This record gives sequence, C-alpha cells and structure tokens, in this order.
Amino acid sequence: MRLMLKQPSVLPGFGLTLGFSVFYLSLIVLIPLSGLFVKTSTLSWDQFWDVITTPRAIASYQLTFGASMVGAIINGLFGSIIAWVLVRYRFPGQSLVDALVDLPFALPTAVAGITLAAIYSPNGWIGQYLDPLGIKVAFTPLGVLVALTFIGLPFVVRTVQPVLQDLDREVEEAATTLGANRWQTFRAVIVPELWPALLTGMAMAFARAVGEYGSVIFIAGNMPLKSEITPLLIMTKLDQYDYTGATALGVVMLVTSFVLALAINLLQWWSTARHMNQ
Amino acid sequence: MKDREGGKLIVKIKHVMSITVVLAGFLLWYAAVQAAEPAVILNVSYDPTRELYQEFNAAFAKYWQKEKSQAVVVKQSHAGSSKQARAVIDGLDADVVTLALAYDVDAIAKVRLLPSDWQKRLPHNSSPYTSTIVFLVRKGNPKGIRDWDDLVKPGVAIIPANPKTSGAARWAYLSAWGYALKKYGNDDSKAKEFIGKFYANVPVLDSGARGATTTFVERGIGDVLVGWENEAYLALKELGAGKFEIVTPSISILAEPTVSLVDKVVKRKGTEVVAQAYLQYLYSDEGQEIAAKHFYRPRTEAVAAKYAGQFAKVNLFTIDDVFGGWQKAQQTHFADGGVFDEIYKPNK
Repeated sequence: MRLMLKQPSVLPGFGLTLGFSVFYLSLIVLIPLSGLFVKTSTLSWDQFWDVITTPRAIASYQLTFGASMVGAIINGLFGSIIAWVLVRYRFPGQSLVDALVDLPFALPTAVAGITLAAIYSPNGWIGQYLDPLGIKVAFTPLGVLVALTFIGLPFVVRTVQPVLQDLDREVEEAATTLGANRWQTFRAVIVPELWPALLTGMAMAFARAVGEYGSVIFIAGNMPLKSEITPLLIMTKLDQYDYTGATALGVVMLVTSFVLALAINLLQWWSTARHMNQ
Repeated sequence: MKDREGGKLIVKIKHVMSITVVLAGFLLWYAAVQAAEPAVILNVSYDPTRELYQEFNAAFAKYWQKEKSQAVVVKQSHAGSSKQARAVIDGLDADVVTLALAYDVDAIAKVRLLPSDWQKRLPHNSSPYTSTIVFLVRKGNPKGIRDWDDLVKPGVAIIPANPKTSGAARWAYLSAWGYALKKYGNDDSKAKEFIGKFYANVPVLDSGARGATTTFVERGIGDVLVGWENEAYLALKELGAGKFEIVTPSISILAEPTVSLVDKVVKRKGTEVVAQAYLQYLYSDEGQEIAAKHFYRPRTEAVAAKYAGQFAKVNLFTIDDVFGGWQKAQQTHFADGGVFDEIYKPNK
C-alpha cells in the first residue's frame, strides 16, 4: 500500500482533481479574462491598433513595464540580502524584522501610496533633504519606481528564504575544504541553488508591479507622457465611458504580462535544467 | 364567603386587565415598528458634496416626518462624478443622482435609466445650486495672481486635476478657455495656445478634485490650486484662514452641478414620491440655505441676497452660451483626440 502511494500515477482521483482544477481555473481566471477579449473584439483591428499605439499609451507601457522591471531587479538584489540575513544570522528583534518584510503585502496599497507621497514630497521627511540636491522623487517617474519597489519586496524575500533555509551549510564547508575561496563558494555553490527561486520571486514582484494601481497614482504625478502608468490610462478611459478602449489597453497588458511571465518561466526552467546537468 | 368571591373577582379582573395591557402594549409596539419602517433612498453624489448632504439629509428627514409622518433614511455615496455615474450604469441602486456635471447624468440617460429630457424636469436646468471655479493661493499671494492671465506666466505652478477624470477640472479648463476666447476676441487658435501654456505650468495632474487639494495643501506643491469655489472655502475653513487666500478671477464659468431622479430604480423600489420630494426640497428655502452654508451659490433670490456677502462678485458665463452645451464641449475638448489630448502630444 505504501509503495503504491509513492507512485503518483497509481494514485486514484486524478480525473476528478484535474477536472476540478480546470473547472476552477475557468471560473476564476479564464472566463473573466475572455470577457476582456470579447469586449475588445467589438473594435476593428485598425481601431484597436490606433487605441493601443497612441503616444500616451506607448509612453505609459514604457513606464509601467520599465519601472516594474527595474523594481524587480532592485528587489532581487536587496531582497536576497534580507533573506540571507534573516536565515543565516540570529539577532535580537529578528522576528520583528521578519514580520516587517510582509508589511507591503498587508498594507492597503492606497495607504502605501499616500505614505510614500507624504515622505518623498518636497516638504516631506526625506523629500526635504533630496529636494535641495535637485532630486525629485514624488510626482516623477522615480516616484513610480519607489512605489513599485516597495510593493514587490516580500515576493523576493519569501521565495528565496525557504531555499536558503534548506541549503546545507555542510556544502559550503565542503567547498571551503576543497580549497574554494568565499567568492568561489558564493558563485559556484550558493547562487546556482538560489537562482531559480530568485527568478520566481522577481517574476512575481514584476507581475505584481505591472498590475499595481493604488499606491502608484498617489506618488506618480500622473502627467501624460511622463509619469502616467497604463492602469491609470485604463481608469481614465473608463471614466470617459470608453469601455472598449479600456479593455483594449487591458488586453495589451495581459498579453505582454503573459509573454513576459512565460519567458521568465522558460528561463527558470532552462537554468534549473542546466544546473542539474552540471 | 362573599369576601372570598369578591377577591376572586378582583383577581380575575386584574388578570384580564393585565392581559389587555400586554396585548395593547404589543399592539402599540407593533404599530410603532410599522411606522418606524422607514423609506430608504440612496443619493449617489460626487466628492465635495459630502458635508452638504449630511446636513441636508437630516433636514429633509425632519421635514418628511412632519409632512407625511414617515421616517426616511437617506444614504449617501461619494466619489468622482463620472465614477459614480458608471456605478449607477453598472447597477448601483441610486434613487437620485446629484452629480458634478450634466454630461455624467446624460451618460446614465443613455442606458435609459432615466429619460433623455431629464434636465427639463426641475427648475434651473435641474441644478438647484451652482458654483464656480476660483484660485486658492498661498498666504500673501507671493506670485501676485489676480486673474487667468497670471496663471500662464512662466514660473507659476498650477494644480488643477485631470479634466479627463475630474468634473471640477473640466469646469476649470472650460473657464480658462472662456477667458481666453473673450480676451482674444473669440479666436479659437489663440485660446488653444493659452490653454497649452496653462497646462505647461502644471506639475502634477491628480485624477480628482480632492486629490488636487491634498497635493496643494498637504504636499505643498504648486503656487495656485484651480478648483471648486466651495472646496476653496472649505479648505480655508478647515485649515484656518492663515495659510491660504482665495482669489476670484474676473470671469469664470457658472458651474451647474445637476440632480435627477433615476426613474427605473425608483419605480422598481416604489420610492418615486419620496425621492421626487427629496430633490424638490433642495429648491426650498431651507435647502437653499443649507447649500449656501456649504458655500454653494443658491438659486433662490431671497437666499442669494442673504448670503451675497459670502461670495465674491464674478462675471459668470454658462457652458451653453460659450460651448453650446456639454455634449459638444466634451466632443471638442475632452474626447480622445480632442483639444486636451493635442496639448499632450509629444514634441516633434
């Protein structure tokens, strides 16, 4: 009996669970999203193309995807460091720091946006010191980046942390006894283990940032062509009762996000496979 | 013996009486509950009217109780004007809408929730109170802003909201345009140039009027906030007169926030009579006084005269006179590819 359980192919209930999964995914994800495509299909191809290629729309894609990408990379770097510190060291107040990481998850995004805007505006706590240096954060694209970095942090930390925890210290010690210096150990032993988890975390942070609306609009300044994100453009279209235009932009975001997510998954799959072969 | 029987009788009478009292009490309670079953109506409004309707709803409930001995509970909902219109279109059960501009009510009429001639059903284009667009500047008016002209000077930072999403911002845009038309003798291209310079001086474009107020007041951005007159007075009242000043331009638009019954909803809910009375009560002396107290310009002459000292004199023009109505203004200026979009074309 035990032996049988260990072989998933013999485990009963495959049909039932798969059926349920497909049904559930359809209900929650596919049907609402196909509604998006159905609504957009009332536009002709030319109209659709006109809507999604206006200079304002293109500027907004660049900002949304660009800032999300940069934010994810920043989080990849600093999120890993935080995860490292949390796993490898013991210090007083550690559980507090651990809990702090989750705050951007739990905080309503609008609250985050208002707080960030208040702090980074020219008369805010941090903004007042940056302003004389000619650095403007709030109400510029830089502000968008700050907000997107803020909300993405937990994703990286929470995906890297468990992998680091499972990483045997003995492996590192073995590397050292075999004559590797610290850098070699880091590069050849730790990074390959962490890499897939790190990529996943960054991909999730990126996806979250692309869809982010609440926190960004408060700090972005929302100037057309400069600091206007695509979700805001969608909201603007809705406020003008232009439902089809809004869904057209939605489709662009959906397709782009899907392609990018797929690419990251492939990259992750490829790097894992390469790591296995080594 | 007799005594005992008499005693029994008394007990019996007492018994019957207590049952009667309980029954009567129950009936009274039941009747009270019946009477207390209040009419509930929902007023879907835009952002800055929150305080106005809080007071007005209480006044109307009192009036309705006295007139018809029926309790009425008015629920209110506030957000950006077009967002609210969209919520009603998408099925929010509003008995009445009280929105920032007629265009948003027109959008509801388009899906046939109310007749397309709704604006003729109540006096003054269905707009019981009006407002206009004024400037709020920092204490001492350091940039010396007196009129629309001063806003387009280099080095002045203006905080309006985004006209695509905010009702107040649309009124502000049209005000500036109207001023420019008058100044340059109805030359559309000059007006366009003026409005281009106007938005070149805008550092932050909030999506709603309240957001713009926050940016200007709390974040300390910009030299002048361009927005609702009632919001400007409210900001002065809330934040103390010491920090800001109101500047009224020489000419501005007569902003007419409009109200309407949502016919389909009230017919279904059976609230037509009370909802209708609610809107009409806005035109009563008490309704007008409450509006004036919250810095909306009243329509009734008597009330207007009473509160005349509160509002600065300003030449007001209407959207129908200068722009030929909301549908036309929206099409020319704010629709996709309209004049506002032209301003934000990238420099070639």
